[in-house]
Amino acid sequence: MTGTNSATPILKVENGQVFYGDKQAITNVHVDIIPNAVTAFIGPSGCGKSTLLRCFNRMNDVIPICRVEGSFKLADQDIYDPRVDVVSLRQRIGMVFQKPNPFPKSIFDNVAYGPKIHGLAASKADMHTIVESSLTRAGLWDEVKDRLDQPGTGLSGGQQQRLCIARAIAVQPKVILMDEPCSALDPIATATIETLIDELCENYTIIIVTHSMQQAARVSQKTAFFHLGELVEFGATEQIFSAPVDERTQNYITGRIG
Amino acid sequence: MTEITGILKTAGSKRHRAEARFRAYGLIAIAVSLSFLLIMIGSIITRGSGAFHQTFVQIDVELPAEKLDPEGTGDPDVLRKARYGKLLKAALRDRFPAVKSRSDKKALYKLLSSNAEYTIRDQVVADPLLVGGTHAFWVRASSEVDQYMKGKIDSSLEESRRRINDKQLAWIAELQDAGKIEKRFNTQFFTGGDSREPEQAGIMGAVAGSAYTLLICFVLSFPVGVLAAVYLEEFSAKGRLNRFIEVNINNLAAVPSIVYGLLGLAIFLNVFNLPRSTPLVGGMVLALMTLPTIIIASRSSLRAVPPSIREAAYGLGASKVQTTFHHVVPLAMPGMLTGSIIGMAQALGETAPLLMIGMVAFIVDIPGGVTEAATALPVQIFLWADSPERGFMEKTSAAILVLLGFLIIMNLVAVYLRRRLEIRW
Repeated sequence: MTGTNSATPILKVENGQVFYGDKQAITNVHVDIIPNAVTAFIGPSGCGKSTLLRCFNRMNDVIPICRVEGSFKLADQDIYDPRVDVVSLRQRIGMVFQKPNPFPKSIFDNVAYGPKIHGLAASKADMHTIVESSLTRAGLWDEVKDRLDQPGTGLSGGQQQRLCIARAIAVQPKVILMDEPCSALDPIATATIETLIDELCENYTIIIVTHSMQQAARVSQKTAFFHLGELVEFGATEQIFSAPVDERTQNYITGRIG
Repeated sequence: MTEITGILKTAGSKRHRAEARFRAYGLIAIAVSLSFLLIMIGSIITRGSGAFHQTFVQIDVELPAEKLDPEGTGDPDVLRKARYGKLLKAALRDRFPAVKSRSDKKALYKLLSSNAEYTIRDQVVADPLLVGGTHAFWVRASSEVDQYMKGKIDSSLEESRRRINDKQLAWIAELQDAGKIEKRFNTQFFTGGDSREPEQAGIMGAVAGSAYTLLICFVLSFPVGVLAAVYLEEFSAKGRLNRFIEVNINNLAAVPSIVYGLLGLAIFLNVFNLPRSTPLVGGMVLALMTLPTIIIASRSSLRAVPPSIREAAYGLGASKVQTTFHHVVPLAMPGMLTGSIIGMAQALGETAPLLMIGMVAFIVDIPGGVTEAATALPVQIFLWADSPERGFMEKTSAAILVLLGFLIIMNLVAVYLRRRLEIRW
């Protein structure tokens, strides 16, 4: 089941399979992610949605027993080609994690770290511009502009998560992966992040894993429903939530399984 | 409404008694260990405090120009070569004109330390204008006089059973009446090297030796230990080999230290022919001994760094080396430093391996570098404790106090560094 959007997909998964040791976590997944839109991955815990998300920027590489098969392509380039430089791949595909994890450094250094290691800023002034624009896009600039030298860990949970988003967009990625970015936040901070996601999808392709079906319905244009490592249904968000084709999807969104 | 009773504590209940008993056991255990500590430190302090003071005698010494500097050049070399011992003895005879017999004269000379003449020499060399007059000098008393003044020699004993005879006691009393004998703060103990004479012996040679040894030990073991820990924890495959290495590192930490001394003797001295008795070899041996401690401490502090920090860095496209050295190692640094300092403190107190590589020699000079023969603080304590002279007893305890002082300072530094560098997240 692939998306039917006319735009060329930026990420393309064909026959994706992931194993942890002997256990198969993802079976035979086909997904096309269209650019400049929000795609939501929903499904019960342990269904493999986070695992699939982490395949896109090869975060699973750190797990020794994890094995990925099938074709994962970023704009026609094979992500799992041995010649791929993981560093450049992760520069193109940024990530925001479930729990806000700012570095125990100043707010400025948190955002500046990515551009620094990738050599994106030629001068101090350049770096300042990047930091300011990233924080502005993450909707955090006005709250922190007077205390950029204070530790990022001193911010509130929602601010920390926006700082992590600013940090991710500072390296100018094409795609941002979000792994349950609001699960540790209160409803107000969640609403802020959701508005932010709405704005960001003009410039970035966003894939968001979420447990909240309301959130998926609110922020995404496309939704993929996973169950037990399989992609059950993938389509436009309205269609998934109003007229699901598969019975399991129907059951999940009405709260009968999961 | 039903009546509910029995929620009040009943002092006699079995559970309550068991709890009270257990608390009492704990308190007793703490009291016992604290009292042992107090007894130990108290006895060391009472024994050792004497070493911080030293008896001095004031004596008028005539410094005739024709004997010291016949040509009147004022040249320090000439002044240094003059014989002050004779002048000092003459001064003593002048002070006590009644002393005539040869044996009494000998006993009289024994009131002063054998290095008293050098005290006078140094003052004359520093100030050549003293030549030609008679001047009062405060010189070091001998160890026996010093011990008597500190009340460590019982004058009520039979004369033959004490190190100081009746005539000497009379002379000391005379000096006391004249106010020419007094106890002063013993700077020599802190600035001087070792000596066969207790009153001249100082701790500085051992302190310098220990400092050089620890410096070598730290320079070798800290980088090697930390890098080994970083590699094992962050880079190497977590396979069987890694576990095998970990088990063996843990075992090495428990190997008796004298074994490392034997290893140092066999390898560093006999194979590499490095200079014997030097802080260089001592530091290398102690580094071997400290490495397991540092590796274990560093690995556990690396493991304590939250994985989310690593993920954050990887997610931004940081390479493994960047992630490790920009984020993980700085966060683990306080733990690594604390572990290393505790390892160093252990090394500071270590005697056995140093005995093996010859740092147990009697060395008077304060070492000026890592390749000069030296001894270390615990070895100095061992050497003094082994000396028969009574005066060394208080020196031994005082040296223990100095060693304890250094250990406390190192532990405080560890605490300070941990507080200072710790980043909370």
